[in-house]
Amino acid sequence: MSTTTAPAPNEQATRGTRFTSWAANYVDERTSMSGLVKELGRKIFPDHWSFMLGEVALYSFVVILLSGSFLTFFFQASMAEVEYDGSYVPLKGLEMSAAMQSTLNISFDLRGGLLIRQIHHWAALLFVASIGLHMLRVFFTGAFRKPREVNWLVGFLLFVLAMAEGFTGYSLPDDLLSGNGLRIIDGMVKGVPFFGTWISYLLFGGEFPGTQIVGRLYTLHILLLPAILVALLGVHMLLLIVNKHTQFAGPGRTNDNVVGSPIMPVFAAKAGGFFFIVFGVIALVAATVTINPIWAYGPYDPSPVSAGTQPDWYIGFADGALRLIPPGWELMLGPYTLSLNILVPILVLLVFLAVVAVYPFVEAWITNDKREHHIADRPRNAPTRTAIGAAGVTFYAGLWSAASSDLIATHFKLSIESVTHVIQAVTILGPIVAFFVTKRICLALQKKDREIALHGFESGRIVRLPGGEYIEVHEQLSEYERWRLVSFEEYHPVMVRPDARGRITQRAKLRASLSSWFFEDRIAPVTQKELESSSHGHH
Amino acid sequence: MTDPAPTTNPRDRSDTSQRMAKSASSPRTSRSARRTRTGRRSPLASVALLVIGLMATGGAYAAFTSAASAEDNGSANIADADAKNGEKLFQANCATCHGTNGEGTNQAPTLLGVGAASVDFQVGTGRMPMAVQGPQAERKPPQFTDAQVKDLAAYVASLAPGPEIPADEYLTGKGDVTEGAELFRINCAMCHNVSGAGGALTEGKFAPSLKGVSAAHIYEAMLTGPQNMPVFNDQNISPEDKANVIAYLTYLDDHASPGGLDLGDLGPVSEGLFVWIFALGSIVAITVWLTAKSN
Ligand code: HEC
Ligand code: HEC
Repeated sequence: MSTTTAPAPNEQATRGTRFTSWAANYVDERTSMSGLVKELGRKIFPDHWSFMLGEVALYSFVVILLSGSFLTFFFQASMAEVEYDGSYVPLKGLEMSAAMQSTLNISFDLRGGLLIRQIHHWAALLFVASIGLHMLRVFFTGAFRKPREVNWLVGFLLFVLAMAEGFTGYSLPDDLLSGNGLRIIDGMVKGVPFFGTWISYLLFGGEFPGTQIVGRLYTLHILLLPAILVALLGVHMLLLIVNKHTQFAGPGRTNDNVVGSPIMPVFAAKAGGFFFIVFGVIALVAATVTINPIWAYGPYDPSPVSAGTQPDWYIGFADGALRLIPPGWELMLGPYTLSLNILVPILVLLVFLAVVAVYPFVEAWITNDKREHHIADRPRNAPTRTAIGAAGVTFYAGLWSAASSDLIATHFKLSIESVTHVIQAVTILGPIVAFFVTKRICLALQKKDREIALHGFESGRIVRLPGGEYIEVHEQLSEYERWRLVSFEEYHPVMVRPDARGRITQRAKLRASLSSWFFEDRIAPVTQKELESSSHGHH
Repeated sequence: MTDPAPTTNPRDRSDTSQRMAKSASSPRTSRSARRTRTGRRSPLASVALLVIGLMATGGAYAAFTSAASAEDNGSANIADADAKNGEKLFQANCATCHGTNGEGTNQAPTLLGVGAASVDFQVGTGRMPMAVQGPQAERKPPQFTDAQVKDLAAYVASLAPGPEIPADEYLTGKGDVTEGAELFRINCAMCHNVSGAGGALTEGKFAPSLKGVSAAHIYEAMLTGPQNMPVFNDQNISPEDKANVIAYLTYLDDHASPGGLDLGDLGPVSEGLFVWIFALGSIVAITVWLTAKSN
């Protein structure tokens, strides 16, 4: 930095710096990238822990790409019958597909192979889990509001793609577990009225399991899905840069700025370090904990099914939905059977996912809020949204736990029937209860915040006044702490107003009633006036 | 993606037994192509290295598994058993439920024809005398010494002929592991899970974990089919194949999972819980720590 005073240009610049500046110039003159780099470099990343969850997803994806590329060198996506002659004794001499054989060889006869396989699989589980948590953070802080609705949608697609990637990967080794998983998919496809059987034949290239499916899933798994995923990930990051990051309210943090570390160099250094932390955690888990022991499941064979056959966790909610349907949900329509026991769960899942996808647009419509929002809501300050989120989480959790109903039964010594019935009740009634309870909790927390902002918090210090009276001293908050509590926006229900032509449309009425449902209970934020008058009262 | 047949759904139980009957009537004695192992390099060496590496990091694992190692292997011999003594024990401990001559009461089934094998299994695993009424009699520490169990078995066998306690040659834990594994996946995994970790049946009944069960008890379980377990008689699974199944289960007991901790061999559910609680949990803890205000 001190060099600016003494320029002495060419003599002092070493060969190396001359080369780099020449190269930088060369590239910039042809791409005018410096603007972008400057823009990127000055992008600000606020520092709250929950803003790092998306990064966790990103880094586990990088780990997946790295380990996955390694695996492609050794995996054979073929269902040709071969005889296993590797070193895992209990499978020796068994007929199996080349896919299974090569996966076993990766696990047992390739140096480091098992570790990489386990890294790949654990990273995949972590990838989807961190996406899920990241989505919850975005939801509960209202970070999906304008201008970020589109990015929510992109993120949602990434989530679906991640699940698809996971499922196709789970099916590749062609072991008993993955075969059973595919069998369920086959059953679901065949449950589709009229076309089901044809679609199934198309998918599997004949009667299940056929000899095609592993090859086809492989193409999806390593080519098509990752290509779309990476492209969408690019869009996601680009929109993130364009929209900037949200931040929690605080002194100096407004709707028009972002406070935090600039990407270059502080955040980049931090992020680089954080990548290795995530990688390290994955590697540690993969080195110590078994995942998907295909050697125990053995090669796929349509006759045996193991107890405790479950999908990976992120498909669990779908499996659970199937398990929750009471027996006998089938309709006979002449010679056809309408498998409601399959169609209903499929529909429920699709509707659930659709609601997740479009929620930002629905909320924007109900609240008729067209402003941009860059300050993240504290969940309590949007009680209805938070309550809707809690209801959704409860519903998902119900479906999810249903996928492990058999293990819940054996581990807590219950009967599987009663476990199923309880989960059925939780899945249907739980969200309603969760909605009301969460909303009340949010309102109560808001009230408490208001109380604290106005009157300070109890210090625990008891003072005896000269008159003999005891009081507890209330301490006032600092400006900083108070800011957090008082700076949030207040919403009002949308009023029914006649439109340009002086009519009140059905739409407007619907919106008004939804909006008043959304905002009927609310606690007003503390105003400046109230603050002043309360501090007068205290002094 | 459980096929709900063995676990969730009462109406599917018939299906299970059909399948069982099918696999039983055409015992899959296994694959045609089966060469003897020739010309191997020594892949085991590199596997061993890998395993050692993983195990070293996995650390405390051994402590978990060794606790569940096998129990006594039926050291007392049925030939020396004393049916007279067995009768006394029976009258004192079993007759209230099973009747003075083992003819059965409305509380318990008859023991005529169940054979020495059934008694050795039920009493040797502590299931009998039954303690509490529950969905099924559960394994508990045996109440009798091995010699007393054999006496009881001899007494019950003397009432009416039935399956005998298996000969020692089938209980060595040696045999064709591949064959045993295949038979196990076809005939047993639907209830006991591929790794023998156990699984749920209907109405609170369950197939128990097979970790650390003695060879004799495994054999007798197959032979007598306790409670909800089907009988695998010698036509379904020959004594040699029973020995192979035992060899596979012994192999599993002796070899920890090559991948590290096995999380109870429960499959994707425990993996999912692990990733949420431990992997994501620790990463979240790290993020909280990284962004904490220093003060
Ligand atoms: C509290 C009552 C009770 C007592 C005491 C009892 N049993 Fe049982 N036993 C049962 C019941 C009920 C069953 C059937 C359910 C089952 O198999 O668990 C049974 C089943 C059995 C069977 C399996 C029968 C078959 O069909 O294979 C054997 C063998 C047996 N008992 C032996 C004994 C012996 C030996 C004793 C004494 C040490 C004993 N029981 C004590 C209740 C009892
Ligand atoms: C229909 C489900 C089912 C199948 C199939 C089945 N079992 Fe079982 N198994 C059970 C049940 C239920 C019990 C518990 C019986 C009891 O507690 O009396 C059991 C108990 C056992 C036990 C005793 C475990 C202990 O803790 O003492 C062994 C050993 C066993 N089974 C082995 C096998 C083998 C080997 C096969 C395959 C050849 C097999 N089982 C197939 C349901 C099954």
